[in-house]
Amino acid sequence: MIDKRVANLDEALAGLGDGMTIMFGGFGGAGLAIHLIKALAALPAKDLTVVSNSVRFLEDFGPALFEDKRIKHAVASAARSRGSVSGISEIQLADGTLTLDIAPQGSFAERIRAGGAGIPAFYTPTSVGTPVADGKEHREFNGRMCVLETALTSDFTLMRADKADRYGNLYFRGTQGNFGRDMAAASKCTVVEVREIVEGLLPQADIHVPGVFVKRIIQLPDVRGA
Amino acid sequence: MSFKPLSRNQIAWRAAQDLQDGMVVNLGLGMPVLCANYCPEGREVLLQSENGVLGVGPVATKEEEDLDQTDAGSQLITLIPGASIFSSADSFAMIRGGHIDVTLLGGFEVAENGDLANWDADMPGKGPLIGGAMDLAEGAKEVRIMMQHTTRDGSARLLKACNYKLTAPACVNRIYTDLAVIDVTPEGFVVREILDGLSRDELQAKSGAALRYADDCGVLSAPDV
Repeated sequence: MIDKRVANLDEALAGLGDGMTIMFGGFGGAGLAIHLIKALAALPAKDLTVVSNSVRFLEDFGPALFEDKRIKHAVASAARSRGSVSGISEIQLADGTLTLDIAPQGSFAERIRAGGAGIPAFYTPTSVGTPVADGKEHREFNGRMCVLETALTSDFTLMRADKADRYGNLYFRGTQGNFGRDMAAASKCTVVEVREIVEGLLPQADIHVPGVFVKRIIQLPDVRGA
Repeated sequence: MSFKPLSRNQIAWRAAQDLQDGMVVNLGLGMPVLCANYCPEGREVLLQSENGVLGVGPVATKEEEDLDQTDAGSQLITLIPGASIFSSADSFAMIRGGHIDVTLLGGFEVAENGDLANWDADMPGKGPLIGGAMDLAEGAKEVRIMMQHTTRDGSARLLKACNYKLTAPACVNRIYTDLAVIDVTPEGFVVREILDGLSRDELQAKSGAALRYADDCGVLSAPDV
């Protein structure tokens, strides 16, 4: 019998350790695994590489990850906090505690998609002629200069969906999906917190992510606005 | 002569007048998203947001707010009938695959060859933010920039060459400022509309590269919006 339900946050993050790469779903708060990020921040795991569209959300919900200098490298399309005051991650970027692979959001998304699809690298014209392309292999296709972007994969992906079934099939509400499906495919261990684990199995038309990409599911309430 | 520069909302109003029926348009953060309020009646313009929405509607009212329905600027939004939601990778397939007619973006600097700088102004202590800007600047069929004509201290933003890191080279088609509407052409900047009461000498003095004028150069005006 296939059953990907786990009983608690300890089981959800079992095996997560030093030096691992972790992906985080979420955009504008939708699809962000707030419970799992807080649980990760409470673990001792260090020397982590994080892959998250925005660094700010990780800092908001797991400040200890930065305060204890447990993140050594970030891949993101945005690493700027709101307002004029520096966030912890920005101070660490400036002093070299944290290194950053800043990526155009489309290249970021496609690197993750490629990682989940078994494609090691791809060419794109995005970022050609900018400092982001410095040091990357260039090649012309159909008269257009492109850069080689390499795929991203992870040891863990932490994300949120609305509903799941015991197969690990996922249903997203609204814009929860964003990077989630591709991060799920790109990870050895995808853990998903959901508002509801349904009785039985989700109907086919409601399945946005096939359960094959998901390892663990856990039912946890939406704590935003609470 | 005296002149009254356009407000942010008036710049947005002016830019929105150029959006045509049937266009698929991505609006960047800041001033560009204001264009959604001023799209002329009777034109169906589909707004795309790079977090994975085609058919963005007005910002949600208190009653309509849904934390799981956001745009790329983290605003809580509504959807228009016929809207669709899809993954980030699909969203950028739309952008990078050439399916977006126009993107309206904010800008720090534009060079006379169309180079755009809008992502890293070297602010001390602040990290970089690219978001979707490089993909949009590279992938959209037309790139239109909305910005103040000069910086707060009066320095030019229309330049021979950008000082800040580029977002994409030679990508800008048109610029809307508080003083003028300017096209980027193979001959450099060409002013299409200039604010009433502002002389050509004054506009040139606020610009860091030579301005030419279209034969049919008109007056830039906007209602009090």
